[in-house]
Parts: sequence; structure tokens; C-alpha cells
Amino acid sequence: MPGLLVSTTVNGDAIEFVCPQDETLLDSLRDRVGLTGVKEGCGTGDCGACSITLDGRLVCSCLVLGAEANGREIETVEGLADGDKLHPLQDKFIEYAALQCGICTPGFLIAAKALLDRNPNPTVEEIRYGLAGNLCRCTGYDKIVRAVQAAAKQMRKK
Amino acid sequence: MPQDTSYTDQNFKLVGTRPRRPDGVDKVTGRAKFGADATAPGQLVGLILRSPHAHAKIRKIDTSKAEKLAGVKAVVTSADLPDLTDGDRAMLDILENCMARGRALYDGHAVAAVAAINAQTARKALKLIKVDYKVLPHVTDVDEAMKPGAPIVQDWVFTTGVEPKPNKPSNISQRNEFGHGDVEAGFAQADVIVEKSYKTEQTHQGYIEPHACLASVRPDGSGELWVTTQGHFTFRNICSSLLGMDVAKLKVTASEIGGGFGGKTHVWMEPVALALSRKANRPVKVVMSRDEVFRATGPTCSTSIDVKIGVKKNGTITAATAELRYQNGPFPAIWGMLGAMTSFACYDLKNVKSVGYDVLCNRPKVTAYRAPSAPMAAFAVESTMTLVAAEIGMDPVDFRIKNAAKEGTLASYGPTYGPIGIGPTLAAVKNHPHMKAKLGKNQGRGMACGFWFNFGGQTCTDLNIGIDGTVTLTVGTVDVGGSRASLSIIAAEELGIPYDQVQANIADTASLGFNDMTEGSRGTFSSGMATIFAARNAIEVLRERAAQMWDIPVKAVVWENGEARATGKEHGNLPVLSLKEIAAKAPRTGGPIAGHNEVVADNAGVSFASHICDVEVDPETGGTKVIRYTVIQDAGKAIHPDYVEGQFQGGAAQGIGWALNEEYIYGEDGRLQNAGFLDYRIPVCSDLPFIDTEILEIPNPNHPYGVRGVGETSIVPPLAAIGNAVSDAVGVRLNHVPMSPPRILKALDEARGS
Ligand code: FES
Ligand code: FES
Repeated sequence: MPGLLVSTTVNGDAIEFVCPQDETLLDSLRDRVGLTGVKEGCGTGDCGACSITLDGRLVCSCLVLGAEANGREIETVEGLADGDKLHPLQDKFIEYAALQCGICTPGFLIAAKALLDRNPNPTVEEIRYGLAGNLCRCTGYDKIVRAVQAAAKQMRKK
Repeated sequence: MPQDTSYTDQNFKLVGTRPRRPDGVDKVTGRAKFGADATAPGQLVGLILRSPHAHAKIRKIDTSKAEKLAGVKAVVTSADLPDLTDGDRAMLDILENCMARGRALYDGHAVAAVAAINAQTARKALKLIKVDYKVLPHVTDVDEAMKPGAPIVQDWVFTTGVEPKPNKPSNISQRNEFGHGDVEAGFAQADVIVEKSYKTEQTHQGYIEPHACLASVRPDGSGELWVTTQGHFTFRNICSSLLGMDVAKLKVTASEIGGGFGGKTHVWMEPVALALSRKANRPVKVVMSRDEVFRATGPTCSTSIDVKIGVKKNGTITAATAELRYQNGPFPAIWGMLGAMTSFACYDLKNVKSVGYDVLCNRPKVTAYRAPSAPMAAFAVESTMTLVAAEIGMDPVDFRIKNAAKEGTLASYGPTYGPIGIGPTLAAVKNHPHMKAKLGKNQGRGMACGFWFNFGGQTCTDLNIGIDGTVTLTVGTVDVGGSRASLSIIAAEELGIPYDQVQANIADTASLGFNDMTEGSRGTFSSGMATIFAARNAIEVLRERAAQMWDIPVKAVVWENGEARATGKEHGNLPVLSLKEIAAKAPRTGGPIAGHNEVVADNAGVSFASHICDVEVDPETGGTKVIRYTVIQDAGKAIHPDYVEGQFQGGAAQGIGWALNEEYIYGEDGRLQNAGFLDYRIPVCSDLPFIDTEILEIPNPNHPYGVRGVGETSIVPPLAAIGNAVSDAVGVRLNHVPMSPPRILKALDEARGS
């Protein structure tokens, strides 16, 4: 089977890649576009480590085919900072020690951003359910929830 | 020169603060490179074929079709990994676990591997390998495996530690006994005796990052391995010995590690990746799928435990015994022994005996999982402790305080304790507002204690001072959760300079001496100790250089607040020299300024914790929710409290998952039925409350700063704390972990029926 040419926008940049028809978008992003900040924890949609937004919608990139990205806009953790300025979520994750190993962090940041885009002032309950699709095995989520609260507060100030 | 490791009380400037970690930016921007994130020119994709059978003889493996497929560059089986272990059975076990040798010992056991130009081709090639199996009877339950007539997992294993020496092979690889006193006499003095049996199911460490490595072996016998591991120096020793390479010629680099919790202390597919690379003469990358991680790596033991405790009406324990049966997977190990050692470590007992059995089953090779073996033993003992307290009408905390071990107690596993934290954690429980909070309907409260040994081990550290006075700290212990921040704090504290003037790095095996793995809660303890000594070593050099610059005797120079100061009448008026000024002159005063240390960091200092937990049980569904949780643990000294709290919270969360949800489910066919995160459910954000922490600091007398390891003990109490809380909430005692909804419903139904 010949590969497919995919034209897409990744973190604001026009990107083209060729991928086999059955390749996941996760693999395309990691192996063809070089964005290894997108992580694979399960490959079955259960851990959220591969979270990205596709046309603004939060998705698990392991459940999307690379070919489906054609003509669409992708945001990954690599596009979160504004130039040399970290996104408030990135900043608060460091400040609040919301990561231990950090493998889940890119997925959490993308999921948290999607949550705050929809709901700038979430309750603890809303944060917990909003992030329930992302697994973290290190932190017990305590400091993650606090970091998201702090980032939300800072983002509301602006 | 031997260093003085003893604790000295001092006022810290930086230790105990919470600066930002040095690897933070890389980890929030996606730049940090984990196991699967490395690439090499010409790299191939390696995949592994695994046994679908729990136990089978491998009659023949036909790889010819796979080898002929275009794009396949190497196929390996055990024939490509010859036995070079020279009679070392433990090493042969490791090799056999990496690649089956004539027999598949569990569902998921590797039988062959391929390297191909891409994943599509590699997957196709795996399908072309034909394995001729003769399926054998299997056993996956620990109690079944101990019965006479059970299928024998290893015909060369004869039980050790029993008299007379057995003459038939057995699934019980060893029996170990610990304790002291006369338990029969002790039970005879008891007013009340409680006896109960427990089971715990097998769980997985559940690190989010699957095992991954990039291996590159050259035809000249040298090679490199990039790998996610808790101990790259140990991986180097094991891989080079299994592959017949020289230790010095294999360079192993630890990637950032996406969680390990013990599961990345063992080699799994790394030797296979090296063998593929050697055969193909190309770099080979192997990344496990989640299914492979569950089926073929690192779970902890399933267990079956009996506990008996005798007590006087006044609350004094007169005798305690435990028999602990731990399922090890198909290779002999020491997990039951460790369980027996930890079981009564929290208490001061006159008469105590614990017997541990290590038992083989057709399940994956068990490896360490955070305070390995202790949580199951604590579930059995701490559940029984609360039952005993209830029998004599005593508050469970008071009952534990009355019997708690203290300085001078002869521990049930042998040593006599120095200053320890079990008493203080229990006192903190007693005074904690959590204990007084009101409970609602179907809610209950439980508490439990936990113990872990901690480990020190071999450590080697370099500290180099740059021309601008900034400091490169090079350590060999993998950073699993913020240790680069803690170690930078320590270096800055010793040198008297700001935190951000230190950059901590993890060296590869070619750049530093041997370091034991990051296990046994040793990362910050042992590398912290070596960092202190390396810094003190560097300070000696700095004093000499300052003396040279001033042209005065070195004994007249002291190091204070990051500066050299001349002392005495004669020189006291000389202006101080900063680290920066001395560093700038280094090229002309004797060259680079560095400190170095190698140490075997003994006496890691035992660790204790007490947890309090509130749950709400839904009597209709059997579902249990943890609604409040408090961890109180002795840290000796918290270097970076954020990451100490993080260890407390993470361990508690893993324990909660184990207590309520997580379990390996095997079918009659001996196959694992839930090898994925959908059916093996670890706690998610909405399952948990905030986890409150209280750090106690009872200095470890054998560390200059008083540090004790903090990484593991937090997983020990939750199983029992939750069991005790469930029992308080709905009046039924669960003796089988996980306390999943069906098990709770069944217990409730039985209680209603009776
Ligand atoms: S890798 Fe996509 S959800 Fe886990
Ligand atoms: S920080 Fe390790 S999985 Fe979340």
C-alpha cells in the first residue's frame, strides 16, 4: 500500500508528511514530524499521555490516524509556550511540583488547557473530572489539581 | 579516606526550601527525552514474539519465512543468546526471562524477536515465525501451587530452609523464619487471641512510560544502550555479562524515566535489543506496548497470609505469628522472605515468629514494587491489629502506641532499632484533626502503620567548579522524582552558594564510577551523602587555592558562606575571596577545581509511616470512595519538601488503587485477561481526594543531614487503612484485596444473610 501525503498545521506551522494508511497520528507526530513531546502510554485511548487538540478538540492522538490530520490544525505541548514565555499552566506545573517523572505532563497540560479554555474558573470537582482521562502514576494528582487551580487563577487575572 | 557520616545538627539555609527543579522546563515543553524518544541513524524497529501459553514446551521455532521477508534485518531466539552464565543460576534465570529457552513459563514470555526497517515489516515478520508448542499443565494461584500434585514450574527447584532436605522438586523455593521469644508460651498468656487469613492479588507498578531502549552494538564488540531504567550501571553489568561483552565497552545512558517504582530495576528486553543489534549490525529500537508491559514485566506478588495475635486485656501483645506465602512468578526470589521480615517491624514484641514462603507460579517474573512485599504483610497484620483492639475494647491508635517499637527495641527481623519514627507518627495520628472530623452515613475511618528498611548502597559523585564559579554536579543515580533538585540544594548548601549556581546532571556509565540503582529509597539519601562529601572535598581544594592566592598557610583559611576567609591576627584583615574569584584564577593556581566522592552509604535508616483514611461505601453497588486521606511519615530530614510530599502522595495513591481496584485477572487457561489500562484500572484524578501530608523529621543518625529515604513506605499502610475504614463504614471485614465492588457486595450479602 502506498503512503499518504498529509498536509496539516502543527502548532501554527504548515507541515507535510507521508505516512502509511494505518499509522496513528501519534506515530506520525513522533516519528515523522519529530514531536516526541507527545507520549505513548497505552496506545488504546486509556492514559491520555498522547493528548493533543485537533481543530481545537481534545483527542487521544493514538486513536486518530495520521491521514485524518489532513487539512486540520493540531496543537501539541511543543506549541504551548508563547515564544520564550511559558504558558501559565507550564509555569505553575513547575512551581507546584505537579510532576515527578513528567511522562504524563504533556498530556495533562494539553488536557488542562482544553479544560480552562472551556471553563476558566473550574471547581476542584470540575478539574478532577476534566482531567480524568489522563493517568498519572507518580503524584496522586494532588499537586496537579493545585497547579491547575493556580494557573486558572493567574489566567483569569489577565 | 573514610568519611564521618554521623548526623550533626545544623542550621540550614537551603535545605528545606522548595526551589524549581532543574529539569522542569524540559518536562513541560516536551523537550525531555524519555526511553522512546531517542533515534539513531539507520535505526531498525525491534519487536518481540510472546508465548500465548502459561506453560509450554517449545518443540521448534521456525524463523525461516520471517528471515526471508524483505526489510527484515535480524531474527533472534535463545540460540542467539547462548548461556554464558558459567553456572550462575540467578543470571541464567534473568537470561531465560528475557528469552524463553525451550519452555514458555508464562503468558507473555518472549520466544523470538525481529528487527526490521519499519514497524509494519516487523509486525508482518512476527506473524511469519512459527512456534511449535506442547502445552503443559500450569498453575497461577499461590495456594494451589503449594499443594502436593501441583504442576511443577521448575524441576530443578528444591525447597531450601526445611529439614530434612527434600528429595523432590517443589514450587516452594524457600522457607525463611524470623522472630524471637517463645510464641507458644506467649499465646498461653493471652486473654484474647485473634487469628485470620488474608489474600492479596497481583498488581503492576503501572508506570505510564512503557519499557523502551535503543541498542547499538558494533562488530568490534563495543556498544551503546539508551534505556529507561532505574539503574544504568547495573543494566550495564547484567547486559554485558549476558552478551559476553566487556563492561567498559558497553556505554549505557539512562534516559529520563517515566516512572519505575521498582519495575525498571530489572532488564527485560534490553539484552534482546542488544542481540538484535549485534546480529543486524544496526541500531535497534525496542518499545514495549502496554499489553507487553502488563504481561511480561514487573508485577508484584500475589499473596496468601495467616496472622495470629494474642493479647492481654490491658492491650499488651503477648505473642504474634504470621505465615506468608508469596507468589514469585516462575523464578526463585526473596519476596516472601521480605514479607516475613517486615510483617511485625512496627512493634515491640516479646514473642514473635514470621515464616515466609517463596512460591513459583506460571505468571510473569515478579519484581520490586515500592517497598516490595511490605504492603501485603501490613494489610494482614494491620487489619488484625484493629480487630484485636476491637476485641479488647481499646482504641486502635492507643493499642498501637502501647505496643509500638522504639529506640532499643529488638526488631522481629533481627536488628535493634536506633531512633525511629513509629511512635511519633502514631502520636501525630492521635492529635490530627482528621481523627476528630465527623463522619456521615456509610462512611468509616481506618488507620494503619507501615515500615520499610530503606537502602543505601554504592554511590559515586563528581562536583566540578566552572571558570565562572558555577557548579556542575554529576551523579549516577537516576532521577525518578525530583532528586536533581534535592541534590542541587545539598551542593549549594555545603558550598554556601545560591541554588541556581548548581546544575545537576545524571552521568552515563562512561562518565562516572559505579552507582547502585535508584531503589530502596536511596536516591537522595545516598547521592545526597556523596554530594556532601564531594562538596567538602572541593572546599578543601578551594581553601588551598585561596591560600595560594594570598600566599598564606592553608590552615589559616576557612570556608564560610561561599567565600574563603583568612583567619588569625596576621591575616584576618585580608578581603574575602569568593568562589567566583577563586574559580577565575584556577588555570593559574593548579588547574580545574573539583570534588569527588565514592561511598557505600550504609545504615539508610528505617522508615515508618501511619496513615488515616475515610471512605464512603455504597451498600447498593459495593463501590468505595476514599473521601479523605492523611499520610504521616518520618523523613529524617526533608531536603525539598515538595518532592517528599509528592512521594507520600504518590505512594498513597498507588496503595489506594491496589486496595480498591487493581488486580491481575487470570483465566482458567492461564492467560492474563486484563492487560490494559481499561480493565486494569489505576486511580484517576476524579477517584481521589487531596492527600494531606505531615512530614516528621526524626534525624537518621547515620547521615550528615539526618536524611532517611522517603520513596517507598507510603505504599505500605493504605491497604490496611482502607480495609479498616471499610469495616468501620459498613461493618464487614474484607480479607481479600482488592476490595472491589463485587467482593464488598458479597461480604455485605453474607453479613445480611447471617
Ligand atoms: S497513548 Fe493514547 S491514550 Fe494512552
Ligand atoms: S509524573 Fe509520573 S506519571 Fe505523572
